[in-house]
Amino acid sequence: MMTEMLEPTAQSDPPTDTVLEVTGLDVDIRTPQGTVRVVSQVSFAARRGQTLALLGESGCGKSMTAKAIAGLLDPVASVAGGTAVLDGQDLNQMNPKQRRAVAGPGLGIVFQDALTALNPVYTIGTQLGEAFRIHRGASKKQAKAEAIDLMRRVGIPEPETRVNSYPHQFSGGMRQRILIAMAVALSPQLLIADEPTTALDVTVQAQIMLLLRKLRTEQQMAVVLITHDLAVVAEEADEVCVMYAGNVVEQGSVDKVFSHPTHPYTKGLLESVPTDAQRGEGLSSIPGSPPELTKIPAGCVYQDRCPLASAICRQERPLLRDTADGQRAACHFAEKVSAAKTDNDDANNVKEEIR
Amino acid sequence: MSTSPSMSPENVLEVKDLSKTFHVSAGAAGSQELRALDGINLHVRQGETLGLVGESGCGKSTLARTLMMLETPDTGTVRFEGQDPFALRGKELLTWRRRVQMVFQDPFASLNARMTAGQIITEPFATHKDLYRGTAAKNRRLNELLDLVGLRATDAAKSPQEFSGGQRQRIGIARALALDPDLIILDEPVSALDLSVQAQVLNLLNDLQQELGVSYIFISHDLSVVRHVTDRVAVMYLGRIIESGSTEQVFDAPLHPYTASLMSASPKLDPAKRPARRIVLQGELPSPLDPPSGCRFRTRCWKAQPICSAERPEKMTRNDSGQVSLGIPGVGPGAGAHVAECHFPVADPSEAGLIPAG
Ligand SMILES: Nc1ncnc2c1ncn2[C@@H]1O[C@H](COP(=O)(O)OP(=O)(O)OP(=O)(O)O)[C@@H](O)[C@H]1O
Ligand SMILES: Nc1ncnc2c1ncn2[C@@H]1O[C@H](COP(=O)(O)OP(=O)(O)O)[C@@H](O)[C@H]1O
Ligand code: SF4
Ligand code: SF4
Ligand SMILES: [Mg+2]
Ligand SMILES: [Mg+2]
Repeated sequence: MMTEMLEPTAQSDPPTDTVLEVTGLDVDIRTPQGTVRVVSQVSFAARRGQTLALLGESGCGKSMTAKAIAGLLDPVASVAGGTAVLDGQDLNQMNPKQRRAVAGPGLGIVFQDALTALNPVYTIGTQLGEAFRIHRGASKKQAKAEAIDLMRRVGIPEPETRVNSYPHQFSGGMRQRILIAMAVALSPQLLIADEPTTALDVTVQAQIMLLLRKLRTEQQMAVVLITHDLAVVAEEADEVCVMYAGNVVEQGSVDKVFSHPTHPYTKGLLESVPTDAQRGEGLSSIPGSPPELTKIPAGCVYQDRCPLASAICRQERPLLRDTADGQRAACHFAEKVSAAKTDNDDANNVKEEIR
Repeated sequence: MSTSPSMSPENVLEVKDLSKTFHVSAGAAGSQELRALDGINLHVRQGETLGLVGESGCGKSTLARTLMMLETPDTGTVRFEGQDPFALRGKELLTWRRRVQMVFQDPFASLNARMTAGQIITEPFATHKDLYRGTAAKNRRLNELLDLVGLRATDAAKSPQEFSGGQRQRIGIARALALDPDLIILDEPVSALDLSVQAQVLNLLNDLQQELGVSYIFISHDLSVVRHVTDRVAVMYLGRIIESGSTEQVFDAPLHPYTASLMSASPKLDPAKRPARRIVLQGELPSPLDPPSGCRFRTRCWKAQPICSAERPEKMTRNDSGQVSLGIPGVGPGAGAHVAECHFPVADPSEAGLIPAG
């Protein structure tokens, strides 16, 4: 059949056991100008069979959060504090050997720049089979059989012949499937997918999202989905962390956060999404652009773009606090957000002043 | 220069049967033909925005480049306000060139880092010397342009690195406006921008159109953006326009099964707008070097029948009362018509599961 019809919402059953618990994660980067905090006090929990989304604009620290959890930070970056507990063990306390033992069976990751992540000189079969040889001591023949089985599970046609192909012989969508196959090869408890569909067309994106849902259900994985696309979060995730300039500014169930945002940034983002039948009407937009991480102001990280900002916002950084049942936000005036006008025309006129 | 009699007066651009073949090397076997554009028909009216959508590699940028005369078509005609730009030479060609401008996707890559914003914006004046004579006139125009796109006069002296992504795209737009064009081709103008900044640029484009009456061809893979900013839409698949019509017609009641699957697959923020069923296409975009026989979409189509591989589908039109018939009725080249190339057009949105369940 050419087509698969499915229910377009992937939200799963009520909360179950926590697989990953991140608490107070800080990540620093060493730059010529000094040390810069790119992830600050990030906390969240990922649960079995559910999807947690990290949502935010480019540069807000989503990938750094993921890499810190996976122990794959670039040499200039380091974890400066906090814990990431997977199955009772703090990943941040592990030595490289313990890390390697966890990679694969515990935690799988699909990187953002995935399309270049495959090694061009080895066949797909070799690259997919590697995990089975390293972690399960599989023979070459067994590893190849496992690779074929994996390829079938992620929907690659004719896996028996294509197992001997090289990465460049596959399309972008197929390579993304292969990378997902690699990440889930050893049935990890946790899958981190960093912008898994950003480079792909909408029809291929739908295929990949369908695949992720299927694997999540089959293997009862916890999924951390990183994206800047609000509609993808709305359809795929159970919980969301909205990030801004390295901080989580709002978190909670997707239903609640998207229907009743309690942070001005979340509200502003939701309102900038183009909707139907508004031709010529003008979109509401957030003035200015995100701050450079070397120039994050004291007080609230969002103050330069916030229509509600007042004196206290410039002095005191708001802490994440409960703003509704199962919802938290870091805003001094969270209670005023739902009534506030985030599309401030005056603010729009001065937007060029803010950089 | 006479205006072609067949051209509707309100159209700034008419394209008929435009085709473009690339010859790609196939190793020892010599070269292979890649038909990037195959019989393209479209028109753009004054002051309107035509959206161009379709998957990566379907030919959108090639079409844009051909309209900009950066590629020469094999066959077909382009009429720009009645003139065939490919037949123009010398001064006439120069005059024509200022009428059509382009804004590219990546504001970071498309601006020369060694020039100031002011130099970038006024660079086109160098090839159109008669337009603004003298430094004072040029500066006046520069300030006018900066003001139009929401930049400050002092920004002119800065280099591109000093601007954010959204501001760089404003510089690109100011440059495209410099020669006061009638048509601007925008190739993924907001794709590289963050959502919060994207809205600013879309609003700017809209305001400029209302103020200046300029027409746009808006190329984007983001369907919610296209829905928001366009009057009419053309959907491309493997080098052909397989459906076109008003934005409401194409989005709300697509005729072509491919368009229906695009609409169905695009994620929706609002749960109430989500389709009752989602069409997830199987398989991959076929190689443009070896397109399928008959209907090009048949290898992935959820409505395909045996005839689809044997016969190329003719154009079908849906009229105002919802009836679908063969051919393109009415005056002009399908003015305003909702047209698709398919043997078995989608009867109504519910057939494609597009009506929200709730
Ligand atoms: N100079 C060229 N030589 C050979 N083939 C080309 C050339 N330019 C484009 N093509 C091919 O023509 C087809 C259409 O390409 P085009 O760049 O127009 O696609 P597009 O719709 O703009 O895609 P995208 O959404 O990725 O920008 C593709 O198959 C492409 O590989
Ligand atoms: N290797 C690196 N060296 C220096 N800065 C980096 C490096 N990687 C990321 N950064 C910076 O850290 C911040 C967060 O980056 P990242 O987590 O990749 O953001 P995103 O949310 O887009 O995934 C950005 O400001 C980015 O420029
Ligand atoms: S704390 Fe103040 S500046 Fe920050 S988001 Fe809330 S109102 Fe705006
Ligand atoms: S002509 Fe046939 S294969 Fe092509 S779109 Fe229509 S139904 Fe599908
Ligand atoms: Mg990233
Ligand atoms: Mg292109």
